[in-house]
Amino acid sequence: MPVLAGRELRIVGFLCNWCSYGGADTAGVGRFTQPTDLRIIRVPCSGRIDPLFVVKALLGGADGVLVSGCHPRDCHYASGNFYARRRLEVLKGMLPVLGFEPGRFEYTWVSASEGQRWQQVVTRFTEQIHALGPSPARDILAPRRGLASGKGGDSARA
Amino acid sequence: MKIGVFVCHCGSNIEGTVDTAAVARASLEFPEVAHAEDVMYSCSEPGQEAIIEAVRSKGLDGVVVASCTPRMHEPTFRRAVERAGLNRYMLEMANIREHVSWIGKNREANTNKSADLVRIAVEKLRRNRPLTPKRFDITRRVLVIGGGVAGIQAALDCADGGMEVVLVEKTSSIGGKMAKLDKTFPTVDCSSCILGPKMVDVAQHPNITLYACAEVEEIGGYVGNFTVKVRRKATYVDWVKCTGCGACMEKCPSKKSHDSFNEGLGGAPAINIPFPQAIPKKAVIDPAFCRQFVKGKCGVCAKICPTKAIDYSMRDEVVEEKVGAIVAATGFDLFDHSKYGEYGGGRYPDVITSLQYERMLSASGPTGGHVKRPSDGREPRSVVFIQCVGSRDKSVDRPYCSGFCCMYTAKQAILTKDHIPDSQSTVFYMDIRSPGKLYDEFTRRAMEEYGARYVRGRVAMITPKGRKLLVRGADTLLGTQVEVEADLVVLAVGAEAAKGSPHLAEKLRISYDKYGFFMESHPKLRPVETNTAGVYLAGCAQGPKDIPSSVGQGSAAASKVLGLFSKAQLESDPQISQVNLARCVGCAKCESTCPFGAIHMIDFRGQPKAEVIETVCQGCGICAVTCPQGAVQLEHFTDNQILAEVDALCRF
Repeated sequence: MPVLAGRELRIVGFLCNWCSYGGADTAGVGRFTQPTDLRIIRVPCSGRIDPLFVVKALLGGADGVLVSGCHPRDCHYASGNFYARRRLEVLKGMLPVLGFEPGRFEYTWVSASEGQRWQQVVTRFTEQIHALGPSPARDILAPRRGLASGKGGDSARA
Repeated sequence: MKIGVFVCHCGSNIEGTVDTAAVARASLEFPEVAHAEDVMYSCSEPGQEAIIEAVRSKGLDGVVVASCTPRMHEPTFRRAVERAGLNRYMLEMANIREHVSWIGKNREANTNKSADLVRIAVEKLRRNRPLTPKRFDITRRVLVIGGGVAGIQAALDCADGGMEVVLVEKTSSIGGKMAKLDKTFPTVDCSSCILGPKMVDVAQHPNITLYACAEVEEIGGYVGNFTVKVRRKATYVDWVKCTGCGACMEKCPSKKSHDSFNEGLGGAPAINIPFPQAIPKKAVIDPAFCRQFVKGKCGVCAKICPTKAIDYSMRDEVVEEKVGAIVAATGFDLFDHSKYGEYGGGRYPDVITSLQYERMLSASGPTGGHVKRPSDGREPRSVVFIQCVGSRDKSVDRPYCSGFCCMYTAKQAILTKDHIPDSQSTVFYMDIRSPGKLYDEFTRRAMEEYGARYVRGRVAMITPKGRKLLVRGADTLLGTQVEVEADLVVLAVGAEAAKGSPHLAEKLRISYDKYGFFMESHPKLRPVETNTAGVYLAGCAQGPKDIPSSVGQGSAAASKVLGLFSKAQLESDPQISQVNLARCVGCAKCESTCPFGAIHMIDFRGQPKAEVIETVCQGCGICAVTCPQGAVQLEHFTDNQILAEVDALCRF
């Protein structure tokens, strides 16, 4: 089903199960209204997020990618978010090289109790992506995706 | 593969803003979806039966449930698919309640988004494979952190249940805040009479090892097998030899040590046993005030001690304990009332905290149970109590209600009348919150039988007026200004998270809220559990609580520990990393990044290869990203699965 043309853009969220996914749940329980553009992929830890997932999403035509994990020093797995921070910071520097505006990708920390903060993060990031508009990758890659669309993402490694 | 999709209405929770029937229809278009329907309540018995029936009649291989958050009902639906004869990991959930229906009102957008989330789940499920848990042995010992009433109760219940307990207390005696109280509401029974015997039980219990003057330094491991390092701080007194006779306290020439048990009201000798009922009743030297440490000469206590227990050369000692579960009962601290400059706390000696007043009322306190003004030692005739100091006030970042201050203020007003019959108490309050059993009756007694004057309104300013204090405030019920001349002002300070509790939470790998209180797994259904398996909460560490609730939670935490330990072995989560030996080049990067030491290198036909220790792996997947070869994959969250989800999202 397509995003609502003209009203929604495609934002992919990678959230760790323990803090940020819980924070997004808390925001829901608290009925903190948010834009609907973002779709969340749940991962166990922000340390599980391969920077290449972000690149893959952007190359696939996502208009924005948001990563959120536990606050530093507050990781369910002790140090996963430190690894995430190091990896994603490097990625951030690389994105302009790949031709993406740096504003299309962001990583942040939201704890399970911070429902309101999650609302603010989503709202602000969605506004930021709407200001940037649709991703340039969409037009470039559209024909190729049209060919590949029947299969799902089996092209990845292993 | 045949996939069934079940879209839950959740009553109007989802159906109110999502067209679930349309989502079900759209799901039928997704690859390998053989069955899709919308159900009224998928978690109810008919809902679960519908899933089981569909799996059996349509021969489904996997199930997607689009409903609430997986953090709520994933175990429920896993059990349901298992009853239907599938592996429990052949289930995926799409969170269309917390992440869709509750955060947006636009039905069209919500329906669209829900279908997208179902699609992600379908794409992931297509790549799921059945997983089987492993079993591992557990250490049947429990660590209780904090020796207040909640920790004491948890320790005693566990110990009575036959478990070995290690109780770690930061200060030199257990008892916590409750030991400092004179009387307890609403029964007005004496605090030490009901807590004292419990403390003795802790000391006498053969299953309890008590470490006082100790702090948890490091916690490693996982449920069933934690390794804890406890730092036993140097007390400069050999507790094996010390008999608690107190001779050293009498002769100690330095009397100016901070008397934390009496809330700083009186001075304490540099070598000190905090109170007569202390457990363990052993002396501790405060090196900041001890002349032997400060000036290098004194040694009076060493000379006087009949058992030669004094040892000035003592050092901290770190002991290691192995436990299977942990109960965190670290309690609370008092709000620092000096943040309210207008109340003059810290400047005017006759403005004191409620806990200081409590020590003053106590027969074992610094005044021997006589209420005296700190400034001149006179008996006050007019006592003003101010409630909500550091509670329900956004301006000092304490918007929450501390819960017990209304009650202890009523109790103190009653006790004041008992101690000084011709005194008059005035209580400035915002609302009276007394919802416990016999609580409301108790506050009414304070007003009606003991004549405490209750004024609804905040105090604006306290200024000195001669020997007295002039308290100015508003009476919001009468709509007038009020001025009361007070001999003594008692501030009902609120509770805040214990200092350093975020630090401990990080060691325990549990969440804490923005005020520093530990977060429970679910506020209603899992109130003493945390999201870290094997770590439980009790007492005020989780949020302000009165004594009955703290004791109740202590017992609840203990019952969880006993339940955990009732199994011969625990099942490990099979969502863990797996190494593809053909791809592994033995670089050992995964070994060095794993926070749990769950990966070690083995020799495989003469070549180094990584191997995952299955019961130790916690399933974070840091190694999977680290591996340059893609040889390590996290089961249930493989690269292929996550990339398939990304791909499903990037479809237009």
